[in-house]
Amino acid sequence: MGRYLRSLGSFWSSSLAMELEYPLNALIELLSVLGNLAGSVVLLALFYGRGHGLGGWSWDEALVVLGIYTLLDGYTSTLLQPNLGAIVNHVRTGSLDFVLLKPIDSQFWLSARSFSPWGLPGVLAGLALIGLAARRAGASPSLPTLLGTALLLLSSALILYSLWFVLAATSIWFVKVWNATEVLRSTLVAGRFPVSAYPPALRTLFTLVLPVAFLTTVPAEAILGRATPSWVLASLGMALLSLTLSRVLWRHALRYYTSASS
Amino acid sequence: MKRSLRLARVLLSVQYAYMLEYRAEIALWALSGLLPLIMLALWSGAGAAADLSLGPAELRRYFLAAFVVRQFTVVWVIHIFEEDALQGRLSPYLLQPLHPFWRYLAAHIAEQATRVPFVLAIVLAVWLLGAGASGWPPPSTWLLGLLVTILAFLLRFLLQSVITMACFWSERAAALERLLLIPYLFLSGLVAPLEAFPPALRRLALATPFPSMVDFPARLLSGAEVDLLGGLFTMAAWTALLLPLFLLFWRAGLRRYAAMGA
Repeated sequence: MGRYLRSLGSFWSSSLAMELEYPLNALIELLSVLGNLAGSVVLLALFYGRGHGLGGWSWDEALVVLGIYTLLDGYTSTLLQPNLGAIVNHVRTGSLDFVLLKPIDSQFWLSARSFSPWGLPGVLAGLALIGLAARRAGASPSLPTLLGTALLLLSSALILYSLWFVLAATSIWFVKVWNATEVLRSTLVAGRFPVSAYPPALRTLFTLVLPVAFLTTVPAEAILGRATPSWVLASLGMALLSLTLSRVLWRHALRYYTSASS
Repeated sequence: MKRSLRLARVLLSVQYAYMLEYRAEIALWALSGLLPLIMLALWSGAGAAADLSLGPAELRRYFLAAFVVRQFTVVWVIHIFEEDALQGRLSPYLLQPLHPFWRYLAAHIAEQATRVPFVLAIVLAVWLLGAGASGWPPPSTWLLGLLVTILAFLLRFLLQSVITMACFWSERAAALERLLLIPYLFLSGLVAPLEAFPPALRRLALATPFPSMVDFPARLLSGAEVDLLGGLFTMAAWTALLLPLFLLFWRAGLRRYAAMGA
């Protein structure tokens, strides 16, 4: 355990040093977070503009969902994109060999090697929006509610990670699923809105197949004090299940890895 | 003339064969463009849609057309150019008596040709799900729509190529595409028909090239009323502005090109 923490420390400090070589990217990222947020709020306002709603959620409650989406998007840019996006390249060029030879768990190395600070503005903006919108929606969360929400957010993060990792791991068979992960990212756009705004068939799809509901709607309901135990349990179960799945699949995929010729 | 035709044929057939290798991936890519259909689900469920001048059938046709337009206007030249410039693969291309961007253009067109079956399948599925409640526009309408979609693709390719030239000055220029994607996403009509915008926002959107890339071709394709000549003129004007800019940056950039890598 201590070895893993120490490795994580040196992984992240070295990638931080590398990323800081490109200070202009900080500005681009900041602008992109603000632009995306502004665009999403305007889009949401189109739905609410003339006194209509979206799936029975009030304006402020819908903003909480958007805040959680922004938070997760920031987390994606910080950890998932730089790490899991690189797996395909490791497979294609054969540098996965060197990863497998390291005396450390290969899934851990592949998932935690890089850290990009440029997602942090998104994380902060998301947290700020959640806090602000939840207060305006009249929620006064107690400490247990806050802890529960944090737990649910953690489970969203784990579900997202597992989905992404599973997709990236299939590159061992397909070699070039170059931007398969982009598919995921664009489908998750559906998470900007509360899941009850979709027609019933899509709602089922977004709950069971592509768990968008667990990613944003369930944590949002928790902070608004509307969480039901069954949803909380389902979310935790989903996280556990998908994490196990990613682990099993990776073990299985490695057996098919044939390396690349130079 | 004869030489150009032969060049085009060879480039296209080579790129098509190359893209066919990646058809699994391209199927995934086609899925990643589902955003207009997700938005269709939201809009048709939302009360706000009732206030629009578009009826439910027109709304469905619009977003289905926007989906088709989006599928055939996907541009990724900045990513591939960044990679080629960084790894020095651009150098041999520069030695050939052919502007390297023709090669990229051929790759895009070939990729779109591979998409056709997937797009048809999805359109058919949505059509059947929508129970064919709305008639299909006459062939002359959608043939014209497809033609304008190609023009929209060329315009978007040109716009991204201009941004791509930043690769000569920075190693991480592809990040700029993230910025460019924001107005494209929110102002082009991809997430909401322009009718839904408040007048001021609509004027702002129409002052940018983005509505020409989705809204205009999608409207044509869906058989809605459009100012055909006005739309074509706008496209031509943007092209006349961007093309010299691209050539200018290309020349200035080439002088800085250091041919990194092997």
